[in-house]
Amino acid sequence: MLELKALRKSFGALAAADGVTLEVRPGEVHALIGPNGAGKTTLVGLVAGTLAPESGEVLFEGRDITALSAHERVHAGLARSYQVTSVFPEFTVEENLALAVQARTGSSFSFWRPVAAEQALFAQARAVATQVGLGERAGLPARALSHGERRALEVGLGLATGARLLLLDEPMAGMGPEDSRRMVELIAALRGRVTVLLVEHDMDAVFRLADHISVLVAGRVIATGAPDEIRANPQVRSAYLGEELAA
Amino acid sequence: MKKALALLVAFVLLPLALRALEQDFYISFASRVMIYALAATSLNFVLGYGGMISFGHAAFVGTGAYAAAILFAEGVASAWLAWPAAIVLAALAAALIGAVSLRTRGVYFIMITLAFAQMMFYLVNSLKMYGGDEGLTAVRRPEAWPLDLGDEVAFYYVALALLAVLLFALHRVSRARFGRALDAIRQNEARAEAIGFPVYRYRLACFVIAGAVAGLAGALLAAHGKYVNPGVLHWTQSGTLLIMVILGGVGSLWGGALGAAVLLSLEHFIADYPVPWLAALAPNYTQHAALAVGAVLLAVVLLAPRGIAGLLARPPRA
Ligand SMILES: Nc1ncnc2c1ncn2[C@@H]1O[C@H](COP(=O)(O)OP(=O)(O)OP(=O)(O)O)[C@@H](O)[C@H]1O
Ligand SMILES: [Mg+2]
Repeated sequence: MLELKALRKSFGALAAADGVTLEVRPGEVHALIGPNGAGKTTLVGLVAGTLAPESGEVLFEGRDITALSAHERVHAGLARSYQVTSVFPEFTVEENLALAVQARTGSSFSFWRPVAAEQALFAQARAVATQVGLGERAGLPARALSHGERRALEVGLGLATGARLLLLDEPMAGMGPEDSRRMVELIAALRGRVTVLLVEHDMDAVFRLADHISVLVAGRVIATGAPDEIRANPQVRSAYLGEELAA
Repeated sequence: MKKALALLVAFVLLPLALRALEQDFYISFASRVMIYALAATSLNFVLGYGGMISFGHAAFVGTGAYAAAILFAEGVASAWLAWPAAIVLAALAAALIGAVSLRTRGVYFIMITLAFAQMMFYLVNSLKMYGGDEGLTAVRRPEAWPLDLGDEVAFYYVALALLAVLLFALHRVSRARFGRALDAIRQNEARAEAIGFPVYRYRLACFVIAGAVAGLAGALLAAHGKYVNPGVLHWTQSGTLLIMVILGGVGSLWGGALGAAVLLSLEHFIADYPVPWLAALAPNYTQHAALAVGAVLLAVVLLAPRGIAGLLARPPRA
């Protein structure tokens, strides 16, 4: 599904991605964990095309997409969410989602026909709103939502693009236990339908959801494997998991 | 929609009333206001709808004005030829300037659009063949069979028709797919790109459309005054258009038109109708209309952040 080959990206002297090689298999939830500043968000940016690597390749469904821009990658079938919520604050939930559907369907260089008349767009938007648990809030402007609801919309925007691969950058960031539980359910329900690369600090969620886990430390993948292997890996324990598991 | 139609009817009747009152000057004045309304509305499309702070919009008004005036000087007397040519050339200028400028953001975008406009200002200044810094004067207005543009009422109706079409088109476009995508880009550029919108292409399309409309306004301005000079491209003209949009209401359909009407009226009445006690205090104050405009602008920005259109509108939903 997704193959990263020796991706490298530096900010000044700091190598935020230091030769990352990684494979995500279709239909799986693949978690990416690592301490703060390990380069997880950077990697999401490199895959989504919002950052350009200095070297290395990104292969999606066997095709080299390294040279594609961010919006072209969305059309190729790959969408990201943001660690810091990034939605369209003045639009309603439904309008936010309809926009993502619009970007995917038909030409958007249409200057005359009102979008409001496009039933299909809003039907799909409402379906996604329901899927992410915002069915009842579909008519509210995004800026009026609670933090947890905005996080759900953030994931919904990715889903509404129709992407086959979703890159979720800490979808549970800043959430209370109740919202977190709902997000875990939402992601679990995606398994088999879309492939997910999940960046997350919440270890309970990661071990419940992930089919495979990669551990990123200082821009390098130090281990990849099934959850049990990762849990048992001494290198991982000392580098990162130790304190989290002990807690 | 009903209100807009009522307004249109009022503006259709206006020149008849002014003629009956023997106030023909104000028919011509209203035409001038509507031409500036076209230009300011086109800038509002870029600024308020597209979220791009362009400080060089006069470049496109000027391109249109010079294109039409030069064609007239070269013997192309028909507006049917000269005005479309002005539109195309202004669109071309906007495509070139936009293609470069839109690779920058924020303050850099403001500066680069300003720089391009100033370059064009110096370029027309050096057009010795076409009057250099003196500009070009025409003996009469262009022809537009079957209309007689030399007639102030006919000219007024042409400007009114174009403005009405532009406002209706803007109303439609802002609700169509293109306008929604543009609105999304204005709200959150990175997000718009991340759900698959080619942001650069949208912005460029918006910039070029606005440039084309500004070009038309320029051609009308040249025809109306039978005169152009490099002043139409001066940076203060770009500033005036920005002030009109901010006064009228950034991102609101009527913003450009309201701003043009208020600003030009202020300038006119301050200069032509001196207030006696003010004149006694400061004898030369009528020559400093800009000061009064500045004061009004300050008041609007502080008291009505959504401009005059925002004051007139009912409170927004939600
Ligand atoms: N645009 C940037 N400019 C300069 N340095 C950056 C930039 N983005 C990230 N960095 C640096 O690169 C490193 C990796 O950052 P990144 O955001 O990818 O980490 P992360 O693993 O997502 O961390 P967190 O868990 O806190 O979200 C950090 O040291 C960060 O300071
Ligand atoms: Mg991060």
